[in-house]
Amino acid sequence: MMQAFWAMGGYARYVWPCIGSALATLAWNLWAAQRAYRQALAGARRALAMANP
Amino acid sequence: MWTWFYRLASPPYVYGFVGPAIPWLLAAAACLIGYGLVAGLVFAPPDYQQGDAFRIIYVHAPSAWLSLCAYTTMAVAGAIGLVWRIKIGFAVAAAAAPIGASFTLVALVTGALWGRPMWGTYWAWDPRLTSELILLFLYFGVMSLRRALDDAARGDRAAALLAIVGVVNVPIIHFSVQWWNSLHQGATVMKFGKSQMPGSMLLPLLAMLCGFMIFFVAVLCQRLRAELLMRERLAVWVREAIRT
Repeated sequence: MMQAFWAMGGYARYVWPCIGSALATLAWNLWAAQRAYRQALAGARRALAMANP
Repeated sequence: MWTWFYRLASPPYVYGFVGPAIPWLLAAAACLIGYGLVAGLVFAPPDYQQGDAFRIIYVHAPSAWLSLCAYTTMAVAGAIGLVWRIKIGFAVAAAAAPIGASFTLVALVTGALWGRPMWGTYWAWDPRLTSELILLFLYFGVMSLRRALDDAARGDRAAALLAIVGVVNVPIIHFSVQWWNSLHQGATVMKFGKSQMPGSMLLPLLAMLCGFMIFFVAVLCQRLRAELLMRERLAVWVREAIRT
């Protein structure tokens, strides 16, 4: 049963990379957006510290 | 109602308004994508022609739709910035570009992987595939143009102009399968208002489409917050926002 699911009717080598690449892109977007926000926040804090030493 | 609408042009209002919505949007997207994946990969029956390979549709179609939605968002936001000189329009356009580009790439890769067993080739210079590839180049062009100019305001305006010119490619992608002879299959979800797919296949697909769109909005909000902080880092409201 599980073997048949993973085999995807013989199309496993096409289906699973597609699912994997889509999930990886979702995760990358989440990480990149969070990283951009953290970097912008750090930049704003630096600008604030330079303006008020 | 109009007061609320006008506030959307205010960076501090938008920064504070979208922040609390992000976790809820991400939770809704995770539920819809989780349901769509399980129902689409486990419970939907195999297609009578394509077998289990058709399950690629559950990531390919939402990625392709998202690529078009993100580009349209970018062009409309850029136009708002250019016409009404609303700075937040340029910030939205800048935030949407990398998200759209990444999902355009996913649409092309998953399309190629689907094409190999169905058409016998990973790539063909088919109208739908070629126009989607042009969309990826447009995304790269818009992102590069924004960074290429030293003056950020000029970069924003140039990128917005390119995005607006390039938006002509969006209907070309959508209608390419009707206008030209194409290897790519025609509309299957909605055709003359009635779906050609049975409910057990369609519901997971609709869940994935909604999930991807909500995910796009959530990530766009987070990237928009970053853009606003970066662009307005010397503004008083930013000082107050980062102190709290």
